[in-house]
Amino acid sequence: MSTFDTIPQTRQEALVEVLLRLADDRLILGHRLSEWAGHGPELEEDLALANIALDMIGHASALYEYAAKLDNKPDEDYFAYFRDDIDFKNIALAELPRGDFAFTIARQFLFSLFSYFLYKDLIEIVEDEQFNGMLQKHFKEIKYHLRHSREWVLRLGDGTDESKSRIQNAFDNIWMYTGEMFEIDEPFKAAIEHNLYTKVAKWQSEWRTFVNSTLTEATLTVPDYEQYMFTGARSGRHTEYLGHLLAQMQFLRRSYPDAEWK
Amino acid sequence: MTESSTNTTEWPLWEVFYQPSDGKPFEHAGSVHAPDAEMALLNARDTYARRNEGIAIWVVPSDQITASSPEDRGAFFDPANDKAYRHPQFYSVPRAVKKRK
Amino acid sequence: MDTQKQLDDFQKRIDNGEKIEPKDWMPERYRKQLIRMMSQHAHSEIVGMLPEGNWITRVPSLKRKMVLLAKVQDEAGHGLYLYSGTETLGVTRKELIEDYIYGNAKYSSIFNYPTLTYADICVIGWLVDGAAIVNQTMLAKSSYGPYARANLRICKEESFHKKQGYEMLAKMANGTPEQRKMAQDAVNRWWWPTLMMFGPHDSDSPNSAELIKWGVKTKTNDELRRHFVDRTVMEAEAIGITLPDPELSYNEETGHWDFGAIPWDEFWSVVKGDGPMNLERIKARKIAYEEGEWVRKAAKEYARKRKLEKAS
Repeated sequence: MSTFDTIPQTRQEALVEVLLRLADDRLILGHRLSEWAGHGPELEEDLALANIALDMIGHASALYEYAAKLDNKPDEDYFAYFRDDIDFKNIALAELPRGDFAFTIARQFLFSLFSYFLYKDLIEIVEDEQFNGMLQKHFKEIKYHLRHSREWVLRLGDGTDESKSRIQNAFDNIWMYTGEMFEIDEPFKAAIEHNLYTKVAKWQSEWRTFVNSTLTEATLTVPDYEQYMFTGARSGRHTEYLGHLLAQMQFLRRSYPDAEWK
Repeated sequence: MTESSTNTTEWPLWEVFYQPSDGKPFEHAGSVHAPDAEMALLNARDTYARRNEGIAIWVVPSDQITASSPEDRGAFFDPANDKAYRHPQFYSVPRAVKKRK
Repeated sequence: MDTQKQLDDFQKRIDNGEKIEPKDWMPERYRKQLIRMMSQHAHSEIVGMLPEGNWITRVPSLKRKMVLLAKVQDEAGHGLYLYSGTETLGVTRKELIEDYIYGNAKYSSIFNYPTLTYADICVIGWLVDGAAIVNQTMLAKSSYGPYARANLRICKEESFHKKQGYEMLAKMANGTPEQRKMAQDAVNRWWWPTLMMFGPHDSDSPNSAELIKWGVKTKTNDELRRHFVDRTVMEAEAIGITLPDPELSYNEETGHWDFGAIPWDEFWSVVKGDGPMNLERIKARKIAYEEGEWVRKAAKEYARKRKLEKAS
């Protein structure tokens, strides 16, 4: 448990917590993807990565907006620009540096697949109309992100020797950051009580089966699930990378907080 | 595929057609480079449907398109010019019927 | 060799306002000029992603961040349309790209200036895209079909680029003292380079007459520049921005705005490679291209393997 963590007591507090966790994942990973703009391996792929980045930042923005309304904050920007790294609730997987194209694809595939199962499940469970509406809308785009990243895993895995070793390395290196996706801590437990989150363990084996079959099809070796797993980012124990990301993202807004920037 | 395109890492060219809305004929949008058909479809979507331009996409390898040549222009299309009977304007309709429309 | 009869027939088609399509006969020189012009236009879109991309991770609100990302993405799309259009003339994208990364193919010099503050992003939208729209609206009527169609699509998408920049600049120009300072400073830096975007004066533009004769362009550099200045003066005034030209004055006789001397020495020096960001821009594109090589190769190899499997 981190220094500031409080367990949500009410349904509304639990909802805000879930909204922020989902949004932070998407903002931070969207930020990493946006770093590709103008630097992609081919023009068509530049467009594709920017599309996914736009979707993810858009999802984050919508989730923040709803959280701001519930939590009496001025707007969606409050959460993105005026919190420090220890207040961010994203998993560490999202904040790791951009890396090469193989790393970007490996991360996107694992995260999109997780999001796919999560959203599919939440759409069935969540009673809150506004939240559910967003989930349904964003789910369509997540399906596309999954398709795009899966296709690339196959091509890089079963492409050339170089691409194979790059994507294999990417999966090996990112593996220890996948554990956080399936953690259920106290705030999530509270959210589950209110049908605002789900017991992700239900479909963890399905997630693994999908990962295994894709990696096998891509002629890759599936890393060991039972290895050391990074933990703590959801409650503010991040990697060193997040601070630098936020310093860049927030500096102008924080330098002139009273100015109009929208 | 031509010799040179197999020798380089450049992806082949595909022509992209999209259907603007239900029931409408497909229109040519432009082209994309892609290594294979599935990626061509994804690239076409990311390139030509960023603003909800369509509901369905076709992709065709550019080198599979057979086109009429400019010299065919006369032979192919002019003969239709004097076949007025193919066009509805060729026929007159009684005034009363026109009014009812 | 192109015969006189062919040239005359071709000119007749142009004068009749007909569009030239890829398989049609065209003078070799027309084809060459088009490749040069269209690929320069394409390179400009691609290099143009860099100065704006420089701010994507620092935009001060989520809304504007998405606007900027969408805009930079559009530029990749526009580059793509234009490269595709150029490819109809019998060159490959690879050749074109390598021509400016390793060769000396040109792109618009405007992108060799740095984006120092967020106001630069607004000013690029307002002035640089504003100027590009003036140019591209004309090119949408170009005699070469694929070029005209690419520009038509670009114009449709680009109108939001200018609008968003002008809207945000207006907010900054009427905002806090710091915002006002950034806004005015950005305009001061971008104004003259923007006017140079239309190219040298007609008297110093060797290609212009030929391009107009062939209907590739329908207006001269100076005509387009004047049109742009006339429009921009009013827009600047409306948001309390001063254009950095003391000689700017309305000419009752011509009905246009007269402006001061454009610093052409700077223009030619940046065109020839000596601009503040020339090396950086090419380096960034070169890195992207070379680091993308293994990705393009892998996808191609995967496709080859699948084809073999299918065949066996």
